[in-house]
Amino acid sequence: MKKAFLLLTPGLATAGAGEVQLTIEIPRLEVAEYHRPYIAAWLEKPDKSHAANLTVWYDTEMKNAEGEKWLKDIRQWWRKSGRSLKMPVDGVSSPTRPVGTHTVAISDKAVDMTKLAEGEYTLVVEASREVGGREMVRVPFKWDGKTTVDASGAGKTELGKVAIKIETQASN
Amino acid sequence: MNKKPILALAALVALSSPALAHRFWIVPSSTVLSGEQPWVTFDAAVSNNLFFPDHVAPAVEAFQATGPDGKEVTLQNGAKGKYRTVFDIALEKEGTYRVGTVREMILATWKEDGETKNFRGSAADFKAAALDGKPELSVTESYSRVETYVTRGEPNKEALKPTGKGLEVVFDQTHPNDLFAGEKSVFTLHLNGKPAAGVKVSIIKGDDRYRSEAGEIAATTNEKGEFEVTWPEAGRFWVNAAVGGGRGPGAGGPPQAGGQKPAGAPAQGGGGGGGGARSGYTAVFEVLPE
Repeated sequence: MKKAFLLLTPGLATAGAGEVQLTIEIPRLEVAEYHRPYIAAWLEKPDKSHAANLTVWYDTEMKNAEGEKWLKDIRQWWRKSGRSLKMPVDGVSSPTRPVGTHTVAISDKAVDMTKLAEGEYTLVVEASREVGGREMVRVPFKWDGKTTVDASGAGKTELGKVAIKIETQASN
Repeated sequence: MNKKPILALAALVALSSPALAHRFWIVPSSTVLSGEQPWVTFDAAVSNNLFFPDHVAPAVEAFQATGPDGKEVTLQNGAKGKYRTVFDIALEKEGTYRVGTVREMILATWKEDGETKNFRGSAADFKAAALDGKPELSVTESYSRVETYVTRGEPNKEALKPTGKGLEVVFDQTHPNDLFAGEKSVFTLHLNGKPAAGVKVSIIKGDDRYRSEAGEIAATTNEKGEFEVTWPEAGRFWVNAAVGGGRGPGAGGPPQAGGQKPAGAPAQGGGGGGGGARSGYTAVFEVLPE
């Protein structure tokens, strides 16, 4: 069944069961000095404790890992997870992205939903821009391993639409 | 002969206008850092408003920094201006750094030919001054610390270990570099290594120059020496506690300000020997927005 489904949808992201598809819109901002935002997306449990990192976009190109100097400005992520990580993290960290809507498949190295307990989760996306602002968007969803997750929210300043999609065996 | 009334007046002014008390502070450029070798620059001063230098600049040599491994960290680019002292440290190791100054001195008063004389200086100088046996000699030991904390990467507590001397905050519950607006923090105040109960702690947000009301958060330590703060907003907060000596907040001026203030009344309490002891703790905490 799954194979057939994949064959029928060539060109689409090949989401396997439990794979997380994340969409993050970086809005165009009319500012004198624009730098691409640093963005982190992670999952939290209802008590706001950290469940899993999905992705971290930061300046990986700077020499001497200078980009890591600004990771602390993704403030809540830094507190919940970043400060105890050794960057870069395989499957999690990647370069900053330009203005636009980005849909990415989250590597199972980052998060394997099939191993996450059933329950309420919150997708948190936090953006922080050099010489700019900071914004967090929280999107709650329920994960039971059977029901497809399709939840979204939107920011007002540094973030546009953010969405999370998780396909399940049942929905295939 | 006309010295006495002036001193009396000075004492009165010092006691009656706590709003004008000089405050000693060290402000770090940031407290939460990431990356391979971030730097932090510090401003230190004694001033009326927080954190606007307008009174006295302390000596660079008065400050020390302790790294996350408990070892001393070299202060760099130190300079003392008219009103402000600056220095930098490079955070070569991951963890928490403690940066500050400890002032330990003897304050003494005695009578000589009907006049009240003052002494203010180190224990060694006090010994050298050979004041023992002077009429109406009153000796107060003063121990105060003024400090702040910065963290690269994951916080640790090696540099925060209590010293067991004087008044100090023990970070057994809340780490000083993990403070967020809207959250409650619990700290423990110790005096000479033991919980200090019933001590008033004054917490004032910086930039009070732009507010009519200082908006002091007043806390009092419980029987376990604990005090709680729920941070009303993000910002840099000046935290001060004092025991003994009867002088209000301010933890006094730096060593250079010596002689300006009368050696105060006999200590009201607190541990330590001699005719009395006073101790002060002052710190700057940074609270980040949620």
